[in-house]
Amino acid sequence: MINTYDVLETIRMIQDDCLDIRTITMGISLLDCIDSDINVACENVYKKITAKAARLVEVGEQIEKELGIPIINKRISVTPIAIVSAACKCSPVPFAHAMDRAAKDVGVNLIGGYTALVPKGFSAGDIELIKSIPEALATTERVCSSVNIGSTKTGINLDACKIMGGIVRECAERTIDSACFGAAKLVVFCNAVEDNPFMAGAFHGVGEPDCMINVGVSGPGVVRAALRKYPDADITKISDVIKEISYKITRVGQLVGTIASKRLGVPFGIVDLSLAPTPAVGDSVAHILEEIGLEKCGTHGTTAALALLNDAVKKGGVMACSRIGGLSGAFIPVSEDAGMIDAAKSGALCIEKLEAMTAVCSVGLDMICIPGDTPADTISAIIADEAAIGMVNNKTTAVRVIPAIGKGVGEELDWGGLFGCGPVMPLKKESPSKFINRGGQIPAPLHSLKN
Amino acid sequence: MRAVVTVIGKDAVGILAKVSTKCAEYNANVIEVTQSVLQDLFAMIMLVDITKLNSDFATMADGLTELGQTMGVKIHTMHEDIFNCMHHI
Repeated sequence: MINTYDVLETIRMIQDDCLDIRTITMGISLLDCIDSDINVACENVYKKITAKAARLVEVGEQIEKELGIPIINKRISVTPIAIVSAACKCSPVPFAHAMDRAAKDVGVNLIGGYTALVPKGFSAGDIELIKSIPEALATTERVCSSVNIGSTKTGINLDACKIMGGIVRECAERTIDSACFGAAKLVVFCNAVEDNPFMAGAFHGVGEPDCMINVGVSGPGVVRAALRKYPDADITKISDVIKEISYKITRVGQLVGTIASKRLGVPFGIVDLSLAPTPAVGDSVAHILEEIGLEKCGTHGTTAALALLNDAVKKGGVMACSRIGGLSGAFIPVSEDAGMIDAAKSGALCIEKLEAMTAVCSVGLDMICIPGDTPADTISAIIADEAAIGMVNNKTTAVRVIPAIGKGVGEELDWGGLFGCGPVMPLKKESPSKFINRGGQIPAPLHSLKN
Repeated sequence: MRAVVTVIGKDAVGILAKVSTKCAEYNANVIEVTQSVLQDLFAMIMLVDITKLNSDFATMADGLTELGQTMGVKIHTMHEDIFNCMHHI
């Protein structure tokens, strides 16, 4: 009946190898909160969020206790605010304040959805929202923002890329006192997904039901511990070991989501199969790659090792849960991964390699500190490059870079806690201004004649 | 509903007795016990029925964790579902 080995393995995974559920995220539709009077609309938003998510934290903590597994974050994502605020025809910042107040009152640490979707152009409310992002992020604590500027089907909105370069800088400039943290709460996407449970890019798409529970699993430490037992195995065996362990990790995600959905009376959406690191020792994606056989993450071979790792994670996880969704890729937030921080400091990991990784399965240039004097056009060009990789490869890519205002290469930004600390990474000095300032739309790519 | 109580630590006299007494205090019925001693590391796994608990689950789990601290062993109390889901298809 009880298998001692199984029980002890589970306990070891949780106690020693940092297995946890990274997030239970409740997606809430705000479409029924729309009103042309912004005060009424904001009150509707506050009421709906606090009503739906009233028990989210309590239920999360109950499950944590019963199953004995930490659930690190309980979070909320909402309908893109650009849609909700369009009828108000004014700055949507009051919506950010209503979201922040609701998040504090229900006890969640982040709430996502201060979002605009502009892959093919701007509709009513989009420009107002994008322009208000720096103020919204500087005057709230828990609100996260995202902007989708391209997709495989529409191409890339270069006008939006241009604007976002400046917005990212402004977010950092307005939050110098908190180590430019504003920029860490803003993600620029290509092919954004509607059911992503991970912050800062989570929002609740308009194709989703009224309310939904999505779960993000984690466990880089567990994968590394499993691989450590096979120092000399060939790479096929390594892939099999990752699949087996990924199955087990994902099963817990499925279980937690099922219980949470039942207790909250809200349908269970998806499990996001991603390996999300934390700055804690033993919880690093870079260390898995090093366990596979790289002297330092970022060296030649990193892209291949990461492709293998993430593919195996998905293959193992697919059978373990009923529905998969979200980003389901490798998260490489540099500042949040002890091994990536080391590799970046030593010079082995550079931004070009991080970009290459996003072509296979990494979800983006994430939590990367760039020099404080980086021009907005350069940031726009970084966004355009990433978006192009996502557009052509039919995958989600994202940019969350933090201009370290007043700092340069060799210095670092330190936020502490889950966000960690990141060394400022060097960028190219040559200007992409002419390209970015052309504006317009990069047309959608061909899907035949592939090469 | 059943929970798995796991006791890991240095072997000593009376561990089983103390843990089962504590379970009885919460009206958790012990269904199955396996224990092994590897070198001097003691591992005991108890399957207990928690349908008729006289407190909530969290209180029992905390009570057992505290008991473990007084005995110098680690006690984890977890719902059996987590083991079933992880190790069975």
